[in-house]
Amino acid sequence: MQRFRITYAKTHSLRYTGNLDIHKIWERTIRRAGLALAYSQGFHPQPRLHQASPLPLGMSSLCEMVDLWLTDDSPILTPEQIQQALSEKAPSGLELQKVEVMPLDAPALQTQIAAAEYSVTFLDEIDTSALQDSVKMLLEQSTLMRERRGKNYDLRPLILDLQVQQSDPLVLTMQLSACENATGRADEVMLELQIDPALTRIERTRLVFK
Amino acid sequence: MVLSSSEIDARLERILYNVEKPGRYVGGEFNQVVKPWDQVDTHVALVFPDIYDVGSSNLGITILYQELNSRPDTLAERAYAPWLDLEAAMRSHEIPLFSLETRHPLSGFDIVGITLPYETLYTNVINLLDLSGIPLHSMDRTENHPLVIAGGHSAFNPEPMAEFIDAFAIGEGEEVVHDIVDAYQKSKANHHTRAQLLQNLAGIPGVYVPSLYQVEFHEDGCIQSVEPIHPQVPRKVRKRIVAKLPPPPTHFLVPSINIVHNRVAVEIMRGCSRGCRFCHAGMVNRPVRERPVDEIIHAIDEALEMTGFEEVAFLSLSSSDYTHILELVDRVSQRYCGKHLTISLPSLRIESFSIDLLEKLKEDARQGGFTLAPEAATDHMRNIINKPIPTDQLLDMVKAIYSRGWTTIKLYFMIGHPSETMEDVRAIAELCKLVISIGTKTIGRRAKLNVGVSTFVPKPHTPFQWVACDPPEIIEAKQQLLRQEMRAPGMKFNWTDPKETLMEAWLSRGDRRMAQVIETAWRNGAKFDAWQEHENSAFWLAAFEKHQLDPAFYVHRQRSLDEILPWDHIDTGVRKSFLMHDYQASLSGELSADCSQECHACGILPAFSDIQIQQRDSWKCPQPDNSLGN
Repeated sequence: MQRFRITYAKTHSLRYTGNLDIHKIWERTIRRAGLALAYSQGFHPQPRLHQASPLPLGMSSLCEMVDLWLTDDSPILTPEQIQQALSEKAPSGLELQKVEVMPLDAPALQTQIAAAEYSVTFLDEIDTSALQDSVKMLLEQSTLMRERRGKNYDLRPLILDLQVQQSDPLVLTMQLSACENATGRADEVMLELQIDPALTRIERTRLVFK
Repeated sequence: MVLSSSEIDARLERILYNVEKPGRYVGGEFNQVVKPWDQVDTHVALVFPDIYDVGSSNLGITILYQELNSRPDTLAERAYAPWLDLEAAMRSHEIPLFSLETRHPLSGFDIVGITLPYETLYTNVINLLDLSGIPLHSMDRTENHPLVIAGGHSAFNPEPMAEFIDAFAIGEGEEVVHDIVDAYQKSKANHHTRAQLLQNLAGIPGVYVPSLYQVEFHEDGCIQSVEPIHPQVPRKVRKRIVAKLPPPPTHFLVPSINIVHNRVAVEIMRGCSRGCRFCHAGMVNRPVRERPVDEIIHAIDEALEMTGFEEVAFLSLSSSDYTHILELVDRVSQRYCGKHLTISLPSLRIESFSIDLLEKLKEDARQGGFTLAPEAATDHMRNIINKPIPTDQLLDMVKAIYSRGWTTIKLYFMIGHPSETMEDVRAIAELCKLVISIGTKTIGRRAKLNVGVSTFVPKPHTPFQWVACDPPEIIEAKQQLLRQEMRAPGMKFNWTDPKETLMEAWLSRGDRRMAQVIETAWRNGAKFDAWQEHENSAFWLAAFEKHQLDPAFYVHRQRSLDEILPWDHIDTGVRKSFLMHDYQASLSGELSADCSQECHACGILPAFSDIQIQQRDSWKCPQPDNSLGN
């Protein structure tokens, strides 16, 4: 078996495609590219394809990652050849940036991510100083209890960084914890700032490894 | 004011975050075709009037999308019904219905083509026209509005939708769609008025322009006459067919979200020779035409390469009747073995050979359950509907299915067949109890039986078109009997809500006067009738009352054989006299043999004799003159 790690951007209409469906899109892209995806053993063989930390629906990303395993009977291809083959068969909005060979025994991708960075832009004009004030107030809190899908949790420790960038147009950047069982959502931060996430564009810009 | 596509895009972005499954509304699928809008003459919007999840895999739209986009002078884009949440947001943000490819408003297209595969979409059609800002009534549209065309199985009785649709394409679309675009372009080049355009369209074989026909009614509500109002318009519109099935489509859209039927679909044959008397598809899709095995295999190869799908479905009305079914299954199972591909073969005959076929196709064939559709539970009743399967043969089959490794069998029946008694209904329960007891004896408690019982609706253009539907209280009583009797461990029973059945019945059997009822029901709040028949029923009944029409007139009335039926001027190629003869045979319990064995002279051959000459070998009709010798 051969193992590869792909870094890709998820943009345009694909931001409205959820993680399970992205999994399917990868399976089909790999098949269209003529690569032989390895399957798990057992009664219900599943394609060996693992994504890094899930991206909430509606957000775009410049830094998604997926690990894939190809069977032994696949031709030996260089990462460049794989990138070429996949790029030609990827749907619009799925843009390959990098393909790396991974050792078969490298730890699972999901366990390696510590945090994720996001940048937020606004569909409407927004008052810069008011935003700066609310960011400042938010960061002064020691806990931010929120409820999501019937569960209470504290958002504050998941926010590792939050800043208003002095740019035009205005950009809000943040770094949120992305460990398993401790993942912050950028739209929850926006809600805490009293901003409707529907009126923003949220993009993941970097995955931070442990 | 017509919004530009970028304005629609900007407004849409603000509302997508808050709707369920926003991926339904953004397009961008692999194999989507986007052409430069300004460099193409004719813009066609293809509309499936239900949500994306249901409509995007529709094979008819897939075929038309590829046919139209193959023309350099034409582009085709798609639109679907937004679900209730997005529709509310679209209305409050003043976003008109738009195409997925380029987000152009539908009102900016030249032609809007709507498919009508089932009748409970009619209110959605009106809702979508309204959401597009296109006048609902054909007569109110001008040269500045798109031409609104409809087709699909329900268009074989176009009358209930006649006021809303400019022209119907009756029958198969592969060729007529080009004729329609050509006629549109020619009319435009010659600066014809809309009235002239409609007359030009009416000159195309298979195109029905309802505004060019005058319907007169008797006092009792029956039709007195249907007359063309223009000398060049045909008295009857005969459906279009293709002489030979063209190679199947292979560039399927690969959806970016999960949908119903997320797969490659290959139609292996069109039409059916069985002659089940209740079956609309079996009557209106004649004659039987098959695709060669090589062409099918080639299409699968190409489609898998183009899509990366993990499932292939063979489509036909009766797969077991495909002449080369064994060869096809053998070759497919060898070719794709070990490639993690699921292959499904629906509509199999009730005979043990079908089990062999399914076993060949997949290693895990037994995962899904084995589906059989006997439709009725007694030999007598199956003779009436002309679907003869001896009960013994069915029970042998059941035993074989359970003993060869399947744990679940699905059986489909209908209640409400002509002359059905409570005893015939009780027989369904008895038969099912026998089936599950065979299962339990064969494999113990693992045996499962799922039974689906729908209610028969007599469809236009079938031998049962004159028959009345059971009154609601009889349907309720029959279902109640089944609910009581269908109790056994391992057995599950599903039935169709009678309200859904009645809605389907008046929409499929209605005449031109139904248009006002449909419109009022929609104004009362009816839409997505296939999803919320229960809630919508009151809207419909109020609409009937307002227009002083009686649903029973359409649904529960046995029609007399000499009555002019609302769909009589639509010609499927099957003669009314044949349907009448077959109906009378049914009354005396006489079977009509499979027409691949014996020609019953239904009329399809003479109706299409001009094109049949080119294609003698791909049609499965025996020649009438030598059929006795075979």
